[in-house]
Amino acid sequence: MARKPAARKTTGKKPATKASSKEASSDEVGAPSDDPDFILHSLQDEFEKSKSFDASDDQMLEFYRQMLLIRRFEEKAGQLYGLGLIGGFCHLYIGQEAVAIGLQSALDNDKDSVITGYRDHGHMLAYGLDPDIIMAELTGREAGISKGKGGSMHMFSTEHKFYGGHGIVGAQVALGGGLALAHQYRDDGGICLAYFGDGAANQGQVYETFNMASLWNLPIVFVVEDNQYAMGTSTKRSSAETRFYRRGTSFRIPGMEVNGMDVLEVRAAAEVAFKHVREGKGPVLMELNTYRYRGHSMSDPAKYRTREEVQDQRDHHDPIERLKKVLVENGHGEDDLKAIDKDIRKIVAKAADFAESSAEPKPGELYTDVLVEEY
Amino acid sequence: MAIELKMPALSPTMEEGTLAKWLKQEGDTIEPGDIIAEIETDKATMEFEAIDEGTLAKILIEEGTENVAVGTVIAMLVGEGEDAGDVEAPAASDDGDDDEGSDEVVDKPGEGKDEGRDEPGGASAPKTAPRADDPAIPDGTSFTSVTVREALRDAMAEEMRADDRVFVMGEEVAEYQGAYKVTQGLLDEFGPRRVIDTPITEYGFAGIGSGAAMGGLRPIVEFMTFNFAMQAIDHIVNSAAKTNYMSGGQMRCPIVFRGPNGAASRVGAQHSQNYGPWYASVPGLIVIAPYDSADAKGLLKAAIRSEDPVVFLENELVYGRSFDVPYLDDHVLPIGKARIVREGKDATIVSYSIGVGLALEAAEKLAEEGIDAEVIDLRTLRPLDKETVLASLAKTNRLVVAEEGWPTCSIASEIIAICMEEGFDDLDAPVLRVCNEDVPLPYAANLEKLALIDAPRIVEAVKTICYV
Ligand SMILES: Cc1ncc(C[n+]2csc(CCOP(=O)(O)OP(=O)(O)O)c2C)c(N)n1
Ligand SMILES: [Mg+2]
Repeated sequence: MARKPAARKTTGKKPATKASSKEASSDEVGAPSDDPDFILHSLQDEFEKSKSFDASDDQMLEFYRQMLLIRRFEEKAGQLYGLGLIGGFCHLYIGQEAVAIGLQSALDNDKDSVITGYRDHGHMLAYGLDPDIIMAELTGREAGISKGKGGSMHMFSTEHKFYGGHGIVGAQVALGGGLALAHQYRDDGGICLAYFGDGAANQGQVYETFNMASLWNLPIVFVVEDNQYAMGTSTKRSSAETRFYRRGTSFRIPGMEVNGMDVLEVRAAAEVAFKHVREGKGPVLMELNTYRYRGHSMSDPAKYRTREEVQDQRDHHDPIERLKKVLVENGHGEDDLKAIDKDIRKIVAKAADFAESSAEPKPGELYTDVLVEEY
Repeated sequence: MAIELKMPALSPTMEEGTLAKWLKQEGDTIEPGDIIAEIETDKATMEFEAIDEGTLAKILIEEGTENVAVGTVIAMLVGEGEDAGDVEAPAASDDGDDDEGSDEVVDKPGEGKDEGRDEPGGASAPKTAPRADDPAIPDGTSFTSVTVREALRDAMAEEMRADDRVFVMGEEVAEYQGAYKVTQGLLDEFGPRRVIDTPITEYGFAGIGSGAAMGGLRPIVEFMTFNFAMQAIDHIVNSAAKTNYMSGGQMRCPIVFRGPNGAASRVGAQHSQNYGPWYASVPGLIVIAPYDSADAKGLLKAAIRSEDPVVFLENELVYGRSFDVPYLDDHVLPIGKARIVREGKDATIVSYSIGVGLALEAAEKLAEEGIDAEVIDLRTLRPLDKETVLASLAKTNRLVVAEEGWPTCSIASEIIAICMEEGFDDLDAPVLRVCNEDVPLPYAANLEKLALIDAPRIVEAVKTICYV
């Protein structure tokens, strides 16, 4: 049953373009500059001036390769789950690849930190981390990046300043605030990129963190990965305000709305947002409109949406196909691109073999890493 | 090469399912992402999606077939340039992998089923080395009488002077000088960068503190009282305590959560609760609950230096009490070591925090009646110093636990279990617990008094186990 928007909702002034982005065509994402009620739009205005990142050919090929790696890796993970090699909860990132790649490609990996929730394989792969050890974590093996003790939802690489991998919806936002506090405290020039879902955006601690981050001018970029569903609940059924970029308003955090299905647009937005934060001007809230093709986790029958809706996203908004088109226009032949795909399939097949054949952790690992020190 | 499509596991618990419907037929071309079939699992009807591209060469399991085991080959796919006609169904022995001929699902590694426990030994809890005793206090050391409040402040100030990564955050810790004045003077000395007033937002700042610890700082997060940390317990338990383990030792969280805990005076049910047992049940946390000033100082300094997350439980009613503290440059005590605060031979009273004062009071009264009680202050609740407790039990053969807190699932329950498991032969009487009454703390003065543990009740219990 569709619930009518409550009367307290100011007006129906939701920009038509935005509404359409929520339905079919996310090509024309409504901009806050079209949104007369939204005052904190300076960054959006800046971004509107040039919405597509001027990538070199090499950069574009790299984006393509990285997105494809995530796609193929996740497909393989789904397959290994089907074979019983991966257990428990496993959340795939298929469809959302442009978000992690567009944003993380703009980071300074020597300084900046990243934190996210349980849908974390793509963010790990975006660092160029060895797919073997990521897959081995998924299968719970000794060679996994957390020695098999974290699993799909809990992956970390402190070496790369990637801080997980958190299973409590919304917790990573406050933890990200802490990472940002550490950057500021040490004055190390780094910023924190904290991802969370549209569902997580309704958690109280998110707003507690917005408040402190703005109050203390923390170097943090909040990223709502709005894939339009939190498990089986669409944003319309969960959120009184679905224009998530506006939700920093009460905390004076400027908002940006970005088409998360276009890696060049994501990257362009990242340039604007990160610059603002690096200049010490405080947090930014980015809403990345995207879509997950698969169920919430492997055991989700996804009956809350139609097959047509998913197919439409795949056919008309796929981030990888979109970039492929640009590459072809720029003179890359189908064969070149096929070769990339072949190469990636090989990498992923190798990761799967590795993950399947690696040893399980030794029983003695049960009691290691509970505490750091001995008492 | 032909690709085998196997019956997938589509939920964490699925072992078999019904192949409800084929959406593609033999000869159809398949693109990655196409839905090939519908499968009914133990929970729902799920779509089976193609990963590889190719042509569906053979369907091996008819639609409508029930109880198809996970892993059974249900169809064959051929790639570009291959001939669907050449495809052979896999030999029957390949079907369903290696559980041929048996109805029982073979429990293979990595398949999400309980593999049973490993032989004890391989994975048994590490034996703790004998714990270090308190460092000897050199002869001629002078002692000064200091309140617990000042001792805690001194500990923080000393550690902040020594290590720039250490900072304090919480409600009213800076400009107001602390709701209970524990952080008095810190803002003046260290400035607002390191003494941070937060909004009233426990969940948020517990998370920010934990994140800062993960990012390399050493936060001291003050809760105005631990009653309000209920909103933050998620970060204490799920974020701080577990990440080192989940990350295979990569990501530490060296943080101290501190503040008053337990019943105060006439503040009613919501402001009077002992969380010692709650936190002490969580692997990955250190839980400390000191009684006197010297322990408060020495253990808080140790807590701040620890690489592990520490819950440091203070007590408002004890803040103003004065005790001698050795005048030393660096008074640090070992975490995880109980202290015998009064030696005795007839019975042991085990306690911690404010209960230690009551236990000592009881011991004095018992002495007047000819019973020589030993009093142990646990000081650390996790890891618990069993050795000291069991050694005392072996000496006195009688034991009472005195705890300002509820009796059910308490530290007292834990000590009793330890005495049963590891000290049974030493017992000359059942171990008794003296706790608060099992009710929310009432406001009325007379009822509150009735609800809380006191020395006469401890005296009674000790007399009971001494059969006098
Ligand atoms: C505090 C908490 N409540 C509930 C859950 C169960 N849960 C896991 S994911 C999820 C949906 C979250 O959706 P969203 O934030 O939109 O992220 P997405 O999965 O779409 O990436 C829920 C309810 C949880 N893990 N933590
Ligand atoms: Mg979502």
